[in-house]
Amino acid sequence: MSGENEQDEPNGSGYRRGLDGPAPEERPTPDGRRNEQGIRIDPEVEAKQAPRRTVISTLVEHEPGVLSDVSGLFSRRQFNIESLTVGPTTDDDRARITLVVEEPDPGIDQIKKQLRKLIPVISVRELESDAMRRELALVKIDADRPAEVAAVTDMYDGKTVDSCPETATIEITGSRQKIDAAIETFEQFGIREIDRTGTTALARGTQSTAAPASTTESTAEAASHPQNQYAPADDD
Amino acid sequence: MSERATSIPPEEQHDDQDAESHADGDDTTAGAPSADAPVTGDGTQPEPVTTGAESVVRALENAGVEHAFGVQGGAIMPVYDALYDSEITHVTMAHEQGASHAADAYGIVSGEPGVCLATSGPGATNLVTGIADADMDSDPMLALTGQVPTDFVGNDAFQETDTTGVMTPVTKDNTFAADPDRVGTDVSEAFALAREGRPGPTLVDLPKDVTNAETDREPDEPATPDTYEVTEEADPTIVASAAERIGNATRPIMLLGGGVIKGEASEACRKFAIKHEIPVVTTMPGIGSFPEDHELSMEMAGMHGTGYANMAITHCDTMIAVGTRFDDRLTGGIETFAPDAEIIHIDIDPAEISKNIHADYPLVGDADTVVSQLARAVETSPQATKWRAQCQQWKSDYSMAYDVPEDEPIQPEFVVEALDEATSDRAVVTTGVGQHQMWACQYWTYTEPRTWVSSHGLGTMGYGLPAAIGARLAADDDQEVVCIDGDGSFLMTLQGLSVAVRENLDITVAVLNNEYIGMVRQWQDAFFEGRHSASDYGWMPEFDKLAEAFGANGFRIDEYDEVADTIEAALAEDGPSVIDVHIDPQANVYPMVPSGGDNGQFALAEDQL
Ligand SMILES: Cc1ncc(C[n+]2csc(CCOP(=O)(O)OP(=O)(O)O)c2C)c(N)n1
Ligand SMILES: [Mg+2]
Repeated sequence: MSGENEQDEPNGSGYRRGLDGPAPEERPTPDGRRNEQGIRIDPEVEAKQAPRRTVISTLVEHEPGVLSDVSGLFSRRQFNIESLTVGPTTDDDRARITLVVEEPDPGIDQIKKQLRKLIPVISVRELESDAMRRELALVKIDADRPAEVAAVTDMYDGKTVDSCPETATIEITGSRQKIDAAIETFEQFGIREIDRTGTTALARGTQSTAAPASTTESTAEAASHPQNQYAPADDD
Repeated sequence: MSERATSIPPEEQHDDQDAESHADGDDTTAGAPSADAPVTGDGTQPEPVTTGAESVVRALENAGVEHAFGVQGGAIMPVYDALYDSEITHVTMAHEQGASHAADAYGIVSGEPGVCLATSGPGATNLVTGIADADMDSDPMLALTGQVPTDFVGNDAFQETDTTGVMTPVTKDNTFAADPDRVGTDVSEAFALAREGRPGPTLVDLPKDVTNAETDREPDEPATPDTYEVTEEADPTIVASAAERIGNATRPIMLLGGGVIKGEASEACRKFAIKHEIPVVTTMPGIGSFPEDHELSMEMAGMHGTGYANMAITHCDTMIAVGTRFDDRLTGGIETFAPDAEIIHIDIDPAEISKNIHADYPLVGDADTVVSQLARAVETSPQATKWRAQCQQWKSDYSMAYDVPEDEPIQPEFVVEALDEATSDRAVVTTGVGQHQMWACQYWTYTEPRTWVSSHGLGTMGYGLPAAIGARLAADDDQEVVCIDGDGSFLMTLQGLSVAVRENLDITVAVLNNEYIGMVRQWQDAFFEGRHSASDYGWMPEFDKLAEAFGANGFRIDEYDEVADTIEAALAEDGPSVIDVHIDPQANVYPMVPSGGDNGQFALAEDQL
């Protein structure tokens, strides 16, 4: 019952297998083309989008599993995430997750949409570039040169939170860039350990961070004019 | 705290379900006081719930669930015990994977979430494939899994798995039920979520102490959580501009995806296409959304779509895409996908808009609602006489006609057509995954929604038989259920035959037996110099005899002149039949667009790849 298929070579049996019709090279092809994002290419503007860094603030149900839902989404869809912070809000049932991501616009658009699809996610907002952003870092350094350490700490509005003959631990608060700069400066003393919280952020003034972003974020706009949609975000 | 507790009139005595034997319980903690009181059917007030498990079953009953598929086990026993008194018909499957596929198919055919149950640990992990399958295809499904008692969770207890952790990437939503007073409502909510908006699988993990615990809390009616929002109507300004675009189109097509069927928009799309004489292409999950015997039908597009569908997609100037996520098997390379077309994309899930293909006119909303909005907004039909003639020309240029050399082994296309001919228009087809699945797409003429049941996104071998079991229970009695399977696929889940025999389910399985992992063999011939690494089974059991050993009817076909009669005989049997059809082992599926290729450059034979 078996072993009848001796002709192991491709197309071993006699006749040509396949369907009839003009071969590929005899078929006309349309002129147009699409780019990586599936956008029809206007020969003038073949926009290849550069990634940008932005802050996305989400309000979520304070329940088990939400954090893994959110972080799982990022790994599963290969979104680039720089930091994620989570903490309670004024409402015991809700937590805020603040995400710093770096993606081209279509990726940022997808992140927001995919986050909104998670059932425990209540609201998602990409913060404007003027939003307040703060991060806290603890930097443990060698304390061989206490006077210089104190000067640098002062320069970055830092606070010494612990010190012993060998080490000093400094707390720095501020924008990501400020902390980067402080750490770079502290390097001269020899850094033993660092812990950073990642960015926390709130919208400015009377705006609610959980409210849908004030600027038009209708799918229509976002889809048709991704380039016009977002001002480049620079940290404060 | 329960305001919903109702006072119940003295119940009438009713016939108990006459299931064979009560499963032996290994657990007697927190016993339900009134466990053996009968539950009444037909409209009379049901007994109040007394345990978490009873509220779980009550939630299913309230949701109108009639069938459930599953396998018993320690952690889910309280739920099964409550099911024992319910009107819900439970089908004990031979394997939990089968339960998940049966529930998936049940959901596809009925439109309501199919329900599957499994115990903790291996029961739950065995469901993963079917749940992932439902997730990829947006099929409505509710899975209920037992879990070790709450106090044991996290201690690596016997048969403990982090089920919600495992399932998170493959479910629309899932819940660990921690509260006996809330567990019924958790199930109601999960049922509603599975069905509403873009459907998908949901799961509730049920720790045994929670289902065993006493509660008099009736579940809430099935409703989605407040935070779950679905947009029904699309933005009217975009509808208006899309309508204008359609009016100005000269080479329009409609591309109908699975969302058309799930959103019950087939009728609206059909009317729209016919009114404006727009050629229609479908995706694979969209099969059945438009009658393939209609002049405007170009049938399925994509990797193994028809040449004419792929030509139409490639050359159109306006595409009205409904309920599709532009999977790569459909689009081929993105650069060459409908390069001239402005795309009107209708989808209920905003995240599908411009995910793979940029939408020039994004219309977020319910497919039926938005197509109707569009229908009202379009004032003039496209001027597309030439285009339609071109489409018809492609249909004859790239006809799907095939040779039937009498002295060669049976060609699979012939078998698919013979099965189609022998069955009614509303017959339901299920499949495995491989070449046979593609022939089932290409050579069966589908005319009705919810008659094509297959594993599209995940591509799960072994889907066909358990899906046929689920489809059988969801379909009307006058709908035949035919599983077009591959030998390899059938081998993966054929233990389901025991279920089909026990339940006397009228299904016909036609195994297109090439003794090959055929699709892989075809790719090896085309792309790996014919090196048949691990694709040549070389030997297969005799499926007709195997069927007989299970108690099903077994048939075998080796010659062309046996095809029609044997199919007729198999279909005539009341219970399950299996036809082992020995087809040409060298038969290949064409046309073919290689992965990432240009849809317009499909190959018609291997030498064109
Ligand atoms: C569960 C699973 N394992 C492996 C594959 C990879 N695969 C795709 S098609 C195929 C061959 C299927 O063989 P068969 O069911 O006999 O179908 P045929 O192609 O021969 O018609 C395989 C192994 C798959 N799709 N699913
Ligand atoms: Mg095979």
